[in-house]
Amino acid sequence: MKILVCISNVPDTTTKIRFTEANTSIDTTGIQWVINPWDELALTRALELKDDAATGVKSVTVAHVGLATSEPTLRKALAIGADDAIRVNADPSDSYFVAAQLAEAVRKEGFDIVFCGIESSDHNNSAVGGMTAEFLGIPSVSAISGIRIENGTAILTRDIDGGKESIRIPAPFVAIVQKGIAKEPRIASMRGIMTARTKPVKLLEPVQTEALTVVSGLEKPSPRAACKFVDAENAGQLIDLLQNEAKVI
Amino acid sequence: MSVLVYTENWEGKFKKQSYELVSYASAMADQVRTNVVAVSVGKADETELARLGNYGASKIINLTGDHFKTLDNQVYTDALAEIALKEGAEVIIFTNNNSGKAIAPRLSVRLKAGLASGVSGLPLSLEPFVLRKRAYSGNAFAHVTIKSPIRIISILQNSFEINERPTGAVPEIIAAATPGAAGRTVVTDTFRQTGKILLTDADIVVSGGRGMKSPENWGPIEELAALLGGATACSRPVSDEGWRSHEEHTGQTGKIIAPNLYIAVGISGATQHLAGVSGSKYIVAINSDKDAPIFESAQYGIVGDAMKVLPKIVEAARSLKK
Repeated sequence: MKILVCISNVPDTTTKIRFTEANTSIDTTGIQWVINPWDELALTRALELKDDAATGVKSVTVAHVGLATSEPTLRKALAIGADDAIRVNADPSDSYFVAAQLAEAVRKEGFDIVFCGIESSDHNNSAVGGMTAEFLGIPSVSAISGIRIENGTAILTRDIDGGKESIRIPAPFVAIVQKGIAKEPRIASMRGIMTARTKPVKLLEPVQTEALTVVSGLEKPSPRAACKFVDAENAGQLIDLLQNEAKVI
Repeated sequence: MSVLVYTENWEGKFKKQSYELVSYASAMADQVRTNVVAVSVGKADETELARLGNYGASKIINLTGDHFKTLDNQVYTDALAEIALKEGAEVIIFTNNNSGKAIAPRLSVRLKAGLASGVSGLPLSLEPFVLRKRAYSGNAFAHVTIKSPIRIISILQNSFEINERPTGAVPEIIAAATPGAAGRTVVTDTFRQTGKILLTDADIVVSGGRGMKSPENWGPIEELAALLGGATACSRPVSDEGWRSHEEHTGQTGKIIAPNLYIAVGISGATQHLAGVSGSKYIVAINSDKDAPIFESAQYGIVGDAMKVLPKIVEAARSLKK
């Protein structure tokens, strides 16, 4: 079985977001780029599945749509343990465009399971996974918090209102994963970092696709009102404020 | 021509989110001078379905049949695509929750309709069609222009006023059991905690962090939640330690919630946690550390020992109930 993990390149979560002059994009000066946290968890789980010989998973590939500037992030994924990488050489203009590229990469190489994180911490679109599956005409399951493979069949755990479902689905499919898919992201070992340099990164040229959306501006959320402090000795006053001032209880 | 809205029910009753969505769809339908068609899947009966009319839906399409018993993303996409084309939908609206995230992207590719997710508020402009949506995990809003003629929007929970606008007209209710290919998603087992308030649907949430020191101290949190008619939640370290169930973890990689009131007890306010609750209307923080970052995001705060402060708040809440 071949697993593909789609990864995106995002600013580290603690980055202070600043905009460029025209407020049309973020100021990338000094930004630490990392693998999107959900994708990193997906990659970790894929590697755990490969480590277990009983699953039949033979390889874990990572795919990314981006320019040469994302190479360090790809190397990080290889250092963590992916066997090889595919980079579609294009600016990831919108989710529709990115999904079209990933679908083409899947068509070319053939994978049994495709993992996508449920959203990226920068655009929060929650779109690429589902879109890629639709381009390929294959099933997708979302809100996946667990996956295991038994006798060649994938058994997934999907989060639903107030609980979970256990799902069986035939390959090939796209699993759109969220918290729980892996306990913690795997860390690259010294050996992993060394071997990452020589692992293959296949470069693909993008297929002609038009983006359907464009980010035309950015704005900061309105600052919240300053915190009103209630004295700990009269903590009960809080209830009064919530009822009569905020009117939320 | 119409605005299509995908509604959801929980045990046969529409979720509050659905009334919010229909209100949003109505407001948008007014802007583009068309009407609202709501799609509902399974369980809700005729009386319940008709309630959507109170918020502006003029037609309700009820999807019944075994096909729709559980969410198969392809099956739902097939059905919605067919309805969207038949009803001439110009805008299709979802909630930005797990179902919305599962279906909207597929529908987007199926109809070649641009998708904007995590939208807050009505469009900033209609020509070009621009929306404000959540970005950078709540640290910014992006203005997104959708270029395609059909647009799909998923809106942030609890971001739009529910607006009752009874017209007296009874909406047309159509039962549609779209045949078409059976899904390949097979559900083999379900575990549900029924009866409890859904965390993602709760108006009030009382949440505990590591500052609570031990799972044994959760009594006052549960009591306060019960008195206020809310749900309980927790921060990531608490669920990682096994003090509370993973279902309660709110934060960037846990549940993203947007209640009217979020009370954070013994939670320092790390960026990742705030990303899960920044959509809350009011945040209250109780923490023994006056410099805890959570106070920067809270509207009300109490600096003090949770174990001493909570009982006072619970007492006041009890008096309120009387």
